[in-house]
Amino acid sequence: MRTIHVNEITRNVKEMCIEANHYLTDDMKAALDQAAQKEKAPLGKQILNQLQENLEIAAKDMIPICQDTGMAVVFVELGQEVVLEGGLLTDAINEGVRQGYTEGFLRKSVVKDPLIRENTKDNTPAVIHYNIVAGDKIKITIAPKGFGSENMSRVFMLKPADGIEGVKNAILTAVKDAGPNACPPMVVGVGIGGTFEKCALMAKQALTRPVNQHSEIPYVKEMEEELLAKINQTGIGPGGLGGSTTALAVNIITYPTHIAGLPVAVNICCHVNRHCVREI
Amino acid sequence: MDKHLTVPFGEKEATELRSGDYVYLTGTIYTARDAAHKRMFETLERGEELPFDIRNNIIYYMGPSPAREGRPIGSAGPTTASRMDKYASTLLDLGQRGMIGKGKRSEEVRKAIIRNKAVYFAAVGGAGALLSKSIVSSEVIAYDDLGTEAIRKLEVKDFPVIVVIDSEGNNLYETAINEYKED
Repeated sequence: MRTIHVNEITRNVKEMCIEANHYLTDDMKAALDQAAQKEKAPLGKQILNQLQENLEIAAKDMIPICQDTGMAVVFVELGQEVVLEGGLLTDAINEGVRQGYTEGFLRKSVVKDPLIRENTKDNTPAVIHYNIVAGDKIKITIAPKGFGSENMSRVFMLKPADGIEGVKNAILTAVKDAGPNACPPMVVGVGIGGTFEKCALMAKQALTRPVNQHSEIPYVKEMEEELLAKINQTGIGPGGLGGSTTALAVNIITYPTHIAGLPVAVNICCHVNRHCVREI
Repeated sequence: MDKHLTVPFGEKEATELRSGDYVYLTGTIYTARDAAHKRMFETLERGEELPFDIRNNIIYYMGPSPAREGRPIGSAGPTTASRMDKYASTLLDLGQRGMIGKGKRSEEVRKAIIRNKAVYFAAVGGAGALLSKSIVSSEVIAYDDLGTEAIRKLEVKDFPVIVVIDSEGNNLYETAINEYKED
C-alpha cells in the first residue's frame, strides 16, 4: 500500500488547470502546424496562422488560449493499492479546481443550477470520472471543456442494421451540423458501443488521446482515416469560413454492446483541445 | 478585401461592407452575451431604457477571462452567436448596427440585418489571447453582478473581424463552404 495526502492532489490539480489553459500538448501544436502548411484557402491559411500566433501569445503573456476556460472534466485512474489521507478525494480535486481557476485568472463559467443559473464564482464543481485500476499510483487527466463545441455534440442510438455506414453517416452529420459554431478545425471524439452513457463517456475520453495516434483495432483505424478525409472535404474549413482543414483528427473508442443496440456518441472539441496528464 | 473602419458607424458604412471583407475596427464597442441579453430584454419588456444607447453600436458576443494586473482584459474571443438569435432582431430593429460573434445565425436574424442595413462580423473563435491585444481598455458599464457576462464598453484598435452576413444578406458561411466542398 502507498499513502498519498490529498493536499498533493489539490496542488497538482490546481497547476494542471492553469497549465492546460495556457499550453496545448505537442501533438496538437504539430497538427495545427501541419494544417497551416497544407490549407488550400487563403483566408483559412491566415486563420490557422493566427491560431498559432494565439498559442505563442498565450504561453508568453500567460493569457488563456481561449476565454472559455471551460468546465473542468477530470479523469482519475486510482490504483487500488493507494490509501488517501487528509480528506475526501472529490473535495481535494474540487479545491484544486477552485484554486487553479481563481489564482490562475481563468474564467468562472459554471452555474450552480442548470435552470436558476447562478454562477458558483470559482468554476466548481468539476465533472469527475473515477476508474479503479491496478497499482499504487493515481493518474489524473484534466480536460477543460469549452461549450461552443460541447453544445454541438450528439448521441445517436442506432440500430444494429444501420451498421458501419450508419455510424459514419452519424459522425458526418454531427460534424456538418456543428460547422462554424464549434470553432473548427475540430477534434472529433467518438464512442461506439456500450450503453447510452458509456458511449458518451468514451467520446469524451477519445478527445484526450493524442491526435497523432490511431486506434489499435485495424478497422477502427481505417474508419478514423476515412472520416477525417471526408470531414476535410466538407469545405467548412478554419473558422467555418471555407477551406480544406475542418478537423485535425477523428479519435474513436469502441466497447462491447447489447444485441439490440448500436450507440454512437460524437463529442466535438474545437482546436483548443486541452488536456494535461500527471501521474502521482 | 481589407478595410479599416471606425466604430460606431452608420447605415452608409454598413452598406459598403461585403460578405468576405476583412475589416479592422477601431473605436468603441460593447460586450453582451446570454445573461446580459436576457436582462436587456426584460428591461425593454418593462418599458425601460437599455443601459446604453445601442443605436449605430456594435455588440461583441464575448465574456472575457479575468485581466491580470496591468492589463485591460484577459482572453477575449467571440462566443457562439446563435444563442443570441432570440434577442438579436429586436435589438437590430432598435438601431443596433451589428454584432461580432462566431457561428451561424437564424433566418430571422439575417432578415433583420437586411431590413436594418446592419452587419454580422465573425472574429476568429478560440483566438482569445491574440484578440485581447487589440483591446485598449475595458470598463463594466452595467450588470456588474453578472461577472464575465456583464456589459463592457471596450476601446479597440485594429480589432480584426470578417464580414459574414452583409447588409444584403449574403452569407459567407454558405458561399465559402460551397467553394471548398469536394464531396
